[in-house]
Amino acid sequence: MSQAVTETHVFPLVHYLNVRYGWKSWLFTTDHKRIAWLYLAAITFFFFVGGLAATLMRLNLIEPQGSLVEPSTYNRLFTLHGLVMIFFFLAPSIPTVLGNFLIPLMIGAKDVAFPKLNLLSWYIFMAGGTVFLYSVLAGGVDTGWTFYTPLSSTYANSNVMSAAMGVFISGFSSILTGLNFIVTIHTMRAPGLTWFRLPLFLWSMYATSIIFILAMPVIAITMVLLMLERFLHFGFFDPALGGDPILFQHLFWFFGHPEVYVLVLPAMGVISELIATFSRKRIFGYSFVAFSSVAIAVLSFLVWGHHMFVSGESLYSGLVFSFFSFAVAIPSAIKVFNWTATLYKGSISFDAPMLYALGFIGLFTMGGLTGLFLATLAIDVHVHDTYFIVAHFHFIMVGGAVMGYLGGIHYWWPKMTGRMYSERWARIAAVLVFVGFILTFGPQFILGYLGMPRRYAVYPHEFQTLNVLSSAGASILAVGYVIPLIYLIRSARYGPVAGPNPWGAKGLEWTISSPPPTENFAVTPVVTKEAYAFGVERSEPA
Amino acid sequence: MVPEPSSNWTQASSWANDWQNLFHFEVGIFVFFSLLIFSVILYFAVKYRRRAGNEAPPPTKDYLPLEITWTAVPAAICVVMFLWGAALFVRNGVPPAAATEIFVVGKQWMWKIQYPDGRRDINELHVPVGVPIKLTMASEDVIHDFAIPAFRIKKDVVPGHYTTLWFTATKTGRYHLYCDQYCGTSHSAMVGWVNVMEPAQYAQWLSGSGGGKSLAETGADLYKQYACNTCHDIGRGPSFVGLYGTSVKLSNGQTVLADDAYIRESILNPSAKIVAGYTPLMPTFQGQLGEEQILQLTAYIKSLAKHDGEERKAAKP
Repeated sequence: MSQAVTETHVFPLVHYLNVRYGWKSWLFTTDHKRIAWLYLAAITFFFFVGGLAATLMRLNLIEPQGSLVEPSTYNRLFTLHGLVMIFFFLAPSIPTVLGNFLIPLMIGAKDVAFPKLNLLSWYIFMAGGTVFLYSVLAGGVDTGWTFYTPLSSTYANSNVMSAAMGVFISGFSSILTGLNFIVTIHTMRAPGLTWFRLPLFLWSMYATSIIFILAMPVIAITMVLLMLERFLHFGFFDPALGGDPILFQHLFWFFGHPEVYVLVLPAMGVISELIATFSRKRIFGYSFVAFSSVAIAVLSFLVWGHHMFVSGESLYSGLVFSFFSFAVAIPSAIKVFNWTATLYKGSISFDAPMLYALGFIGLFTMGGLTGLFLATLAIDVHVHDTYFIVAHFHFIMVGGAVMGYLGGIHYWWPKMTGRMYSERWARIAAVLVFVGFILTFGPQFILGYLGMPRRYAVYPHEFQTLNVLSSAGASILAVGYVIPLIYLIRSARYGPVAGPNPWGAKGLEWTISSPPPTENFAVTPVVTKEAYAFGVERSEPA
Repeated sequence: MVPEPSSNWTQASSWANDWQNLFHFEVGIFVFFSLLIFSVILYFAVKYRRRAGNEAPPPTKDYLPLEITWTAVPAAICVVMFLWGAALFVRNGVPPAAATEIFVVGKQWMWKIQYPDGRRDINELHVPVGVPIKLTMASEDVIHDFAIPAFRIKKDVVPGHYTTLWFTATKTGRYHLYCDQYCGTSHSAMVGWVNVMEPAQYAQWLSGSGGGKSLAETGADLYKQYACNTCHDIGRGPSFVGLYGTSVKLSNGQTVLADDAYIRESILNPSAKIVAGYTPLMPTFQGQLGEEQILQLTAYIKSLAKHDGEERKAAKP
């Protein structure tokens, strides 16, 4: 159990949350910790918007002929769900909330390298989000989150322009955040904090930032080309205008597949922290885990063509992209094995964050292994564009990224608020999320194997049983997501005082008060130990 | 009389059997590694749970041989999967020369099927069992995808390109046909059936078409209707007799194979490839001829390939 229950701590008198009051103190703040809260509020809103769309989709799919909405509405729902979850929840989630809050704390700095740029990034994100929400309120967009041409550029009669503009704008927020993080990690580490003493979360943030900077400009360019073709009929992609629709897919997935790793790499970083703390062990094979993040970031740029195995792309392209898609699986496997080995001879406790971490390893393993099916040229020919791939990427993005995000929020919540939430409710929620997830997405693998295509508003009646199972699972998942919202908000006011280090964790962020003071560290710390120095000094109380 | 649909679990093509073997291998890998990770985590979680006497564990000791093992073993398995999948994919990449050709045009939101003898279907494909079938596919508008799960195959149908898909059905029955690439409002209604018949039954079905014109004959009609003959029969444009399947010398010195894609491009964008010795006079037929008509014209030009001038007259109305 956590020590917060047994020890009495005093809440700090002055900290970053109460140092100033009023809306101006939030909207004009340059404190990285407050900016993290601004992002947290925004992405929580977007998460529930995207979740609502998913709920309506799962309700509709209970009946083969659609129990709720017309196909045209269903198409808008899955487009909304995909765009919101990818661009306005998952991509920003861990980097902008936990990354912003923790990077300076973990390296012993007072803030990020460019605090004003950090605030600007949030405003750009909000501007992009607002433009996107306009497209939803104006009637939605029905192209799918992939915006494939010439459907999006010529044929769709929905709000493609404003949705593409929203994506275009929000991308700059990610680029600037990535730039900020890279410079911060390079230049602002405390004395003695060498690269190989960094917490693994920072390695994954660094790898993520590289992808932000290299991939986001490509989606921005692609959205501009799309808007030019749709609005001014420049012939880039529509063959009727002299373009090639396959070119769009190359551009989109050159961004799109690295983007997938933007979603899961940060979660991998969180999991490394959780596994270390809750088993009181340094991560096994630290340098292998660290370099595998960088390897994933690099290889992620060489696999985009596996989204186009059945598009008629050349045989040789298919062979190369299949090969690299297998190659990118290796660093992910290395991580899973190292996390598992870390547990060996550990002192393992099962606080809520650790339940999310263990759930992550299980679901990510299954998501990764099913990815091998899709990397195999022959196998992909059948399961491509079916529910098999829907299940696969939800295992990575929900079973992986969302589990990592929730685990991280639960782990650092006491640091962010200074208070503990209800451990009992948190464990119940974690178990509900895990069970609900398996029940929602497990049946979808079978649906895909049997040939049910994705993005179908109506479907053959044979598929009903499995769809009802999936929808039932989604209802459990929804409960698992709403419960934390309640007990976390409650805890911010009524929760027991957490103290500086409720988990007995290592790392600079746990050496200062919770919540931390605005300037983080009164004196710049000097680092003399490796990360996760558990068991190094036995005399020190854990 | 429409037969009962076959089960979704059926494997009904020669490729489906090959596919299934590899799939089972990968399911085996999936089950093995999932169980391995789950059981090791479960074992550690119970054995090393925090309790009295286990509050301060010994420091982690890295072990290089272990790192090498769990890098090399998954890498080796990945190489096997890559090679197996690639070998199947490459082997099935090119349709056999003897395959019967059927034409598919995707259009929001229906599949139009044309058989060489001129018979047409919408959302129903009829094929004989045991005979290699090659589908040549074009799209009138957006990207579609022609998917037959029982055969374990699919291929995108891309506007501006011809794509091909081939299979040999091994079991008679009635199988689902889906559009697998999201194509707009009624995407989920762009579905149909593949009917695999005994050859005799198939021949009977084909003869039921009632004396319509073959694809090449309809193409010959179009050839006159659009006045192609006013240039191409008198030497102002290149002649089509014996053209199909040969290599054509272009004015820029390159050569190109006269195949379906070349003919399609030359109709829609005549100035893209100018045949050596001719002036680029031909107007574009973009917007005037649909994909189905282009396929008919192509079939006509193809019919001139193997035969001499007399045959050509015979094909004319």
